[in-house]
Amino acid sequence: MISIRNLSYHIDGVAILDDITIDLPKGKVTALVGPNGAGKSTLLSLIARLEPLQCGTIDIGALTIGQCSNRQLAKQISILPQMTEHVPRLSVRELVSFGRFPYHQGRPGPEDEAKVDEALQVFDLDDLAQRSVVDLSGGQRQRAQIAMTFAQDTEYMLLDEPLNNLDIAASRALMARIRELAHSYNKTIVVVLHDINYASRYADWIIALSAGKTAAAGSPAEIVTPKLLGDVFKSDAEIRMIDGHPVVLV
Amino acid sequence: MPKRFWILGILLVICCTAFMTWGARGPLHFVIPFRATKLAALGLVGMSISTSTVLFQAVSQNRILSPSIMGFDALYIMILTAAVYFLGGMTVANLSAHLSFAVSTGVMVIGALGLFSTLLRSSQNNLMRMILTGIVFGALFRSLTDFMQRLIDPNEFSVIQTGSYARFTQIETDLLFIAAALCAGALFLTWKMRFRLDVLALGRDVAMNLGLNVRRTELEALTLTALLVAVTTALVGPVAFLGLLVVSLARLVVPVERHAPLLICAGLIAMIVLIGGQLLFERVFQLTTPLAVIIDLVGGSIFLFLLLKGHRR
Repeated sequence: MISIRNLSYHIDGVAILDDITIDLPKGKVTALVGPNGAGKSTLLSLIARLEPLQCGTIDIGALTIGQCSNRQLAKQISILPQMTEHVPRLSVRELVSFGRFPYHQGRPGPEDEAKVDEALQVFDLDDLAQRSVVDLSGGQRQRAQIAMTFAQDTEYMLLDEPLNNLDIAASRALMARIRELAHSYNKTIVVVLHDINYASRYADWIIALSAGKTAAAGSPAEIVTPKLLGDVFKSDAEIRMIDGHPVVLV
Repeated sequence: MPKRFWILGILLVICCTAFMTWGARGPLHFVIPFRATKLAALGLVGMSISTSTVLFQAVSQNRILSPSIMGFDALYIMILTAAVYFLGGMTVANLSAHLSFAVSTGVMVIGALGLFSTLLRSSQNNLMRMILTGIVFGALFRSLTDFMQRLIDPNEFSVIQTGSYARFTQIETDLLFIAAALCAGALFLTWKMRFRLDVLALGRDVAMNLGLNVRRTELEALTLTALLVAVTTALVGPVAFLGLLVVSLARLVVPVERHAPLLICAGLIAMIVLIGGQLLFERVFQLTTPLAVIIDLVGGSIFLFLLLKGHRR
């Protein structure tokens, strides 16, 4: 479980996150939703210790951020950052191998190679393994990067807007894979999503942020309501229940 | 790829052999030690300059910068001028070689660390801002240098002038051992951190995610850069574009993004360029065209080419 207690974060005196206290359930897919500028990505970077904590505490399982070594944390939690324009000149296999760095520090052993092979297989990258990352399509590249975080073999995985630049087929395939990871590999996955319908369809738990505060937390059926859309997203879109999942008509 | 390394290695051996033997007419017991020290110095400078540029590029995460482009040469000449201005030309010229080497290396390590960390901190992930800051610093150092040079005695100015150009022909050989020891240590430490450099080059967030202690690694890499650059500059004077030139060539030869082959390849190319260049300079051009001028001309053209072609990262 990830426990966040009294977390606040300021940039130049402006509160980005304001006294957040939440628990993210273990072994489930948790979606962070909210309007632009609600602090979703900041919250994720703080959990992933990419930014230093200013105020409050974050516990990841038995580890407390700021009180254990970076390498210890890297075996416990991994993050897929938002894709940057800079694409390394590496083959897919080399990129995925970097996921093992926290374990071998540069000299991979047979166990590391096996884990890389598994990651390539789980994410259907066998055929692309020798291709350069530069030559891949956006969806394939995204898959390669997630395979790298998978190879890192951590209990907790954080994904920052993984559906950016993906078409509908790639988005659905990715979300289905994320669910599978959580439920068959018992991983705790936190994913920042823009589209509330994806959150409603694929997440087990949704946390809605609004102006740096938690607006609501619960299962999709409890959370995705006209009231939430009005309060958090300032939208009057209609909601229908289809097969037990709330669907926002856009 | 190993084949390319063999070719580079053979080229280097040819250059070294030619350097040692071409036109050797004097008594061998004089010629061989004389040329061997020069050869060793050139090799050392080549390895150090290429390594410092690879380190700097890994930390700043781009491919068109080298320590000297970011204002280091200007800093060196400013320190030299300041020494002459405050201590007087005769004092500086008469200082024992070891003392002046130790002092200038020390001052430059501190100065370079200050300069580089300011540059990196002021412009995280903003290449254009970093280049601009570097240029502004360079202009500031040059203006201060100009100002001090106007105030000093014209005779003392000659002390600065000899110091502010790269001098491959007269290398202070008695300093070579100290410089070699320092550089060898720095090169060894760089080699030890080659895997961490690979991770660092993936970007700050990814490196953090992979458990790398990013701040510490950056600081270590910058300290090694500063040490290598300071030692070589104190030994032979500023060589502006050599680092960029050889590392850009090495990136063409090594198609993968690994620092182990890159460090070796850049080092080999740097030694070939320096030793081969000095050979041509001494034997073919008969000491008429300074090597540094040619290196800067070719290196400057490559820098412009890279900028225009958009190889910013």
